[in-house]
Amino acid sequence: MARAKTNKAARPDVGAFGTAAAPALPRDKLLHAWRQMLLIRRFEEKAGQLYGMGLIGGFCHLYIGQEAVVVGVQLALSDGDEVITSYRDHGHMLATGMDPRGVMAELTGRATGYSRGKGGSMHMFSLEKKFFGGHGIVGAQVSIGTGLAFSNLYRANDRVCVTYLGEGASNQGQVFESFNLAALLKLPCIYVIENNRYGMGTSVDRASASRDLSQNGAPWRIPGVQVDGMDVAAVHAAAQTAVAYCRAGNGPYLMEMKTYRYRGHSMSDPAKYRTREEVQSMREHHDPIDHARAALLAAGVAEDELKRMEAETRAIVQDAADAAQSAPEPDPAELWTDVLAESAPP
Amino acid sequence: MPALSPTMTEGKLARWLKAIGEQVRAGDVIAEIETDKATMEVEAVDEGRLEQILVPEGTEGVAVNTPIAVLANGDAKNVATKSAPAAAKAEARPAAPAHTAAPANEVVAPEQDNAPGKPITVREALRDAMAAELERDGTVFLMGEEVAQYQGAYKISQGLLDRFGPKRIIDMPITEHGFAGMAVGAAMNGLRPIVEFMTFNFAMQAIDQIINSAAKTRYMSGGQMGCPIVFRGPNGAASRVAAQHSQDYASWYAHVPGLKVIAPYSAADAKGLLRAAIRDPNPVIFLENEILYGHTFPCPDDADFILPIGRAKIERAGRHVTIVSYSIGVGTALAAADVLAGQGVEAEVINLRTLRPLDIGTVVESVKRTSRLVTVEEGWPYAGIGAEVAMQVIEQAFDWLDAPPVRVAGADVPLPYAANLEKLALPQAVWVVEAVRKMV
Repeated sequence: MARAKTNKAARPDVGAFGTAAAPALPRDKLLHAWRQMLLIRRFEEKAGQLYGMGLIGGFCHLYIGQEAVVVGVQLALSDGDEVITSYRDHGHMLATGMDPRGVMAELTGRATGYSRGKGGSMHMFSLEKKFFGGHGIVGAQVSIGTGLAFSNLYRANDRVCVTYLGEGASNQGQVFESFNLAALLKLPCIYVIENNRYGMGTSVDRASASRDLSQNGAPWRIPGVQVDGMDVAAVHAAAQTAVAYCRAGNGPYLMEMKTYRYRGHSMSDPAKYRTREEVQSMREHHDPIDHARAALLAAGVAEDELKRMEAETRAIVQDAADAAQSAPEPDPAELWTDVLAESAPP
Repeated sequence: MPALSPTMTEGKLARWLKAIGEQVRAGDVIAEIETDKATMEVEAVDEGRLEQILVPEGTEGVAVNTPIAVLANGDAKNVATKSAPAAAKAEARPAAPAHTAAPANEVVAPEQDNAPGKPITVREALRDAMAAELERDGTVFLMGEEVAQYQGAYKISQGLLDRFGPKRIIDMPITEHGFAGMAVGAAMNGLRPIVEFMTFNFAMQAIDQIINSAAKTRYMSGGQMGCPIVFRGPNGAASRVAAQHSQDYASWYAHVPGLKVIAPYSAADAKGLLRAAIRDPNPVIFLENEILYGHTFPCPDDADFILPIGRAKIERAGRHVTIVSYSIGVGTALAAADVLAGQGVEAEVINLRTLRPLDIGTVVESVKRTSRLVTVEEGWPYAGIGAEVAMQVIEQAFDWLDAPPVRVAGADVPLPYAANLEKLALPQAVWVVEAVRKMV
């Protein structure tokens, strides 16, 4: 927790991203994290490409640049812990272990997609992987995630729910209602604010009077930390603390991940709100994947080994893209299915 | 006896806090009165010596405006600070409970709700339904504002906290948006929440979670996700609470695929359908009516009593006109049918019970016998339930109609406060009688 701030602890400067040394992550974990981040990066690049080709429609929000956040948090979770997020969700699905083929097929609106082609980019789920979406209304997933945590308390199991939200969503009324409920009922919920600095085109400074979003739970005494979200080791360390706190029955926990998205808000983003230089500077100096790769080389992993894995990752993504393009569209009869569940006769 | 709530017509004198001979100052609390909603304190409006107690402690069913005590100067004092507003609406609904005694020639779907039972209020029916399902299934829980320690803002959950404990009967802060979303999340993870909205007016704060999250997620997930949840509470006009607290949301929710919408009329409807709603694997909107809470109907007391969602009930058979309604409008329709019967017109009254899915088959079959349709609803006519029913009848039984269908609905205005204006805005039996008389 060298780089995290709690309510009570002194605060190291994490605003500049990745300037301090990250707590060491064991080599095998770091390697796993790097591969996961790389998979998300390559997957999103491919999704962007398919969108440009007209194979993916509608809204499509890419996660490029933020990979360390979800990968670092996921490393700290156990089987059965729930995950829920907003519409920038492809990375979260891959991190929870969902099949890239199923995700890409959903993006292209095919029958083999996770939602059988009825949800699209923003609405995918996997009960098996405990991924609860994929929600298109800004902030709605925060109340729902609070309810997932409630169900854990009700069942008296020791699972925790990780609820992701953007810094834009953090101003929504229901987010504060959820903080109050979670603190009041002591729900095992970890709120992760992914502060990528821009809610669509509005910078956080122009949207939020709060200058430290990790303290947004302070009125309810929810412990909050700011974390360098461009460093997977720092994210992992902070997440471990959060998970332990929640699993022990202490109530909710809040993490603000200082991160950055390289691409536009969605695929139709005029990018008038920030300079090219700002984006370029982040890519060059703070890229989480480059950072992890350098750490792996320094730890003695052979470059050839990394190159082999990079090729493997490309192949996984290409396979998902090929499969998605060759999969059939949903049967027209699917239009009418899944509206209601069949009721058992009384 | 003072009127202490907008719907109160009688109350119980729970306790005297002053004894005969005691000096009373204006503002002193002199007694506790139990209303249909809560136990409240009654303050004296005059000073004097408490000379005589006219209504002893524990007396139930004391009508509003009945003198309860005499102060020293010898005047019989009604300690109420206002007179009863409830009198205005008494006219349309005096005999409502009697209507469930069905005529002998009734052609009713084979349901058991006319089986022998005891008379209970709609309030008790709702509570019994929840208690039975809480008993039956450990994943069922009740949450909402004032449902636990307060015993329910309208006393629907009275006694449930004692019986099932705070883990399953859970008070919520006044944050409809947040707690509705929380309940949706719990349902998505396999629990079966019953969410009580103090009234459906406040559910507008939460409507995004109800529609975008609860109703649509099954479809958006290709059938993978479920949301077994009941949103219930009083809907529509109460009495003299004005526009923001008096709205019928039936057509709002009935518009949405992915929801089921129920609007019970009688105690049997309430009990049988709430049990079905709690067991249903889908999100169910359960629209109750505050004025009906205190009404008594015969209700089967069979422990397994339950009614099917999506089936209408013919409350009264007739051959000249079909009157279709739901919730409190059924009472209006039945009162009109009584009047019409005296004029030689036999009206068939259909209680829709469920608004989505709509049992249009029962309505169409009826119209094929009567050739005339009148719909009755408290909500606004524009894009209302009556509009939908009439359109479907036109689509399916146009050739059987001898007259254009007619809608009787609430006036197309925000509901006014003044007693006379409010009365003019809500459907009355006489409106239904007039509508029918014009077409037969």
